[in-house]
Amino acid sequence: MTREALTASALGSSQRESLDGKAGMPEKIGVKNLDFHYGQFQALKDINISIPDRRVTAFIGPSGCGKSTLLRTLNRIYEMYPGQRASGEVIVDGENILKPGADLTELRTKIGMVFQKPTPFPMSIFENVAFGIRLYEKLSRSDLEERVHWALTRANLWDEVKDKLNVVGTGLSGGQQQRLCIARAVAVKPQILLMDEPASALDPISTAKLEELIEELREEYCIVIVTHNMQQAARASDYTAFMYLGELVEFDTSEKIFTNPSNVRTRDYVTGRFG
Amino acid sequence: MNTPAAPSAPAPVNLARRALIRRRHRFNTAMTVVSLAMTAAVLMTLGAILVTLFYNGIQAIRPSLFLESTPPPGSEGGLANAIFGSLVMTSIAVAIAAPVGIMAGTYLAEYARTSKLAETVRFINDVLLSAPSIIIGLFVYGVIVLSMGHFSAWAGIAALAIIAIPIIVRTTEDMLTLVPDSLREAGAALGTPRWKVITSISYRAAFQGIMTGVLLAVARVSGETAPLLFTALNNQFWSTDLNAPMANLPVVIFQFAMSPYEDWRRLAWGGALLITTAVLMLNIIARLSAKGKRA
Amino acid sequence: MTDTTQRPARRSPIQFGDPLFKGLTFFFAMLVLAILTGIVSVLIIDSIPAFKEFGPAFVWNSRWSPALDIYGAFVPLIGTIETALIAMLIGVPFSFGMAFFLTEMCPHWLRQPIAVAIELLAAVPSIIYGIWGLFVLVPIFQNYVEPALISTLGPLPIIGHLFQGPPIGIGVLLAGIILALMILPFVTSVMREVFAAVPAVLRESAYGLGATRWEVVWRVVLPYSRVGVVGAIMLGLGRALGETMAVTFVIGNAHRLSLSLLAPGTTISATLANEFTEADSPLYTSSLIALGLVLFALTFFVLAVGKKLLLRTPATGGRT
Repeated sequence: MTREALTASALGSSQRESLDGKAGMPEKIGVKNLDFHYGQFQALKDINISIPDRRVTAFIGPSGCGKSTLLRTLNRIYEMYPGQRASGEVIVDGENILKPGADLTELRTKIGMVFQKPTPFPMSIFENVAFGIRLYEKLSRSDLEERVHWALTRANLWDEVKDKLNVVGTGLSGGQQQRLCIARAVAVKPQILLMDEPASALDPISTAKLEELIEELREEYCIVIVTHNMQQAARASDYTAFMYLGELVEFDTSEKIFTNPSNVRTRDYVTGRFG
Repeated sequence: MNTPAAPSAPAPVNLARRALIRRRHRFNTAMTVVSLAMTAAVLMTLGAILVTLFYNGIQAIRPSLFLESTPPPGSEGGLANAIFGSLVMTSIAVAIAAPVGIMAGTYLAEYARTSKLAETVRFINDVLLSAPSIIIGLFVYGVIVLSMGHFSAWAGIAALAIIAIPIIVRTTEDMLTLVPDSLREAGAALGTPRWKVITSISYRAAFQGIMTGVLLAVARVSGETAPLLFTALNNQFWSTDLNAPMANLPVVIFQFAMSPYEDWRRLAWGGALLITTAVLMLNIIARLSAKGKRA
Repeated sequence: MTDTTQRPARRSPIQFGDPLFKGLTFFFAMLVLAILTGIVSVLIIDSIPAFKEFGPAFVWNSRWSPALDIYGAFVPLIGTIETALIAMLIGVPFSFGMAFFLTEMCPHWLRQPIAVAIELLAAVPSIIYGIWGLFVLVPIFQNYVEPALISTLGPLPIIGHLFQGPPIGIGVLLAGIILALMILPFVTSVMREVFAAVPAVLRESAYGLGATRWEVVWRVVLPYSRVGVVGAIMLGLGRALGETMAVTFVIGNAHRLSLSLLAPGTTISATLANEFTEADSPLYTSSLIALGLVLFALTFFVLAVGKKLLLRTPATGGRT
């Protein structure tokens, strides 16, 4: 199915029912009444959103609007830091992951994450990709190699690195490093990919390659991408959520958000009138 | 692009995988417990050192400790001469080391910066900074004690100064490096000559930090024992003659603690408590002042 | 150098000031070089008589007899290395465990206080560790630890040789343990700083993949900061090798080669501290200084390697 066909089918009516009903894709992540605090500061206010499977959903909004925070609640990575707490529900495959007893390891195999800056680990390219695999599976050497090959191919990186798999990952270019991180995330076969401004440190050519990759990956994964680049959101995503001051202002198909938003603040933002 | 088929479809949560994850978590828990136990053990031991020190030391704290000189075995006495000696030698040593160290640090931070010579001086300074202090004692013995023909407070002062200098060089340089160049440029743009820029702008901006370094040097030097063993030696009596051996706390502690006499051992604990308190206070003051105003 | 001052009267001191001040700072910087050169030359010159008498064999000769005026550095040299190794074997894992605890597990409000406490403990003079060892640890070792070691490990093959002899408390093992305690705060502080300097995103990526705390530290943080960690260990080793007072109290000062860790021994610095002022022949003094030279060479090597490594890592690099 092409994106045009999909967006066409999803077009028209507003907000959530369109996503649940007409888009045809089941909900992968459901966020209900989510509040988020950094100490005293409330960064997210009563967020409700339903993110569909096998589509690209973009979070946009001015700096400080909470889009990265929202992304970071989806795999509970925020927990590494003190004073950050979330309340409400984040439901992944029917299970509330904010529940205290939730199994984080199991959760994080399901959810891969790619960061603003490429974060290759201080080890070889091969080991970088194998790192996550080894956490969950005991594979024979040949199976492992096959899987690394698969992941690197999936990330459109294989051809560029196949002759230097034993070189440290930090020696690659920024764009290659970022694709290496995607390969590392993909290697553990997650169902969800979270991307936090993945192209912000990349040059235009690398960005184009990355977007191409996202386009390919959307067939298999539920992708959530945070970006400050509206063209990118318009190009690369099926759905877009516009956030402002910790609130979800509008969530709809990207086409609608960028051509005919129903909220005036969204309109002002996407047309560049503020922000 | 030829994509190899994904080996095995998106993972069904099978038993082997669960077992692996469980094993990883068990290992993680084990290592967590081990590191927790290690931290607790070390902190408790180090705490025990301070507690014993305080407990034994406090029993020796009485007016005579500060008023009387070190006694012969079996009689009452205090540490007055050693306290005095330590104060005198430490302060003179740092008074000598501070200008030397500050000037040398100034050269590194303001003039030489990244030159080859600066790199060398920096490296040598680091070597001096971590050279065993007993070696410095040997050096001073060879140069001063031998040529004077006898042990003396001056020799002890020299040894302590040599220990203090690299500390002061290092902190001075670090602190001056933190002063932004824009400040220097602003000064120079007003027509201020270089030396004036350094003394009236750089020093002022880095003052707190440099003083912290000097304080840390005082702390370090006041606990040094090894280099005094064969420079200042010891003196059982009250002496203000810098040309003669002089009593000092660390060496008295060493000799008294190793002795079989109960009185002496008690005095050793008392001295140890005094030194530790002084060193910790100096460090805390240095920390607070460094925190109070960042250079 | 142009002078923009209007009044001619102030011209000359200002013009003088610059070269004078620069010359002064240069002089003192050179003084630092001169001190080290002085140390090295004094050590070499004063140890010539010993090396003339005994040749290079001085280093591996194990006889040390002031009565016969025969001296060899082997026993104190081995003692120095042995105690330092024991200190590292105990100190490094403990430092790592503490750094792990402090950077990954400790509740945030507790991190700073513990870190500061550890840094303060690193400043406690080593003589304090020495007398604590002598008065507190020696009896404990004599009465409990060593008898237990002798009865459990003593009968074992090979390793048993290390735990033979009467439990007297004082000895190489205890000296090593005191050294470990003494370097622990220092090595822990440096390791903690090096760990804390690992970029947060790197940690997040590893946690994001579902790695456990231990896996994040062992497989990502440690490799990332390994140069700094090795540097910290080398600096700790340098301290352990050169330490005098923490060791002298508890090692027993015996110039006897023994396989057992429970037997008294000596180190270079302990020998110097105990015997230097009592040396009554020129050859004795010279031999002691030669010992000092050996120690200096040893620590110089270790410290040079440590510094090189520490300076190369961006994690701790204050300067470029």
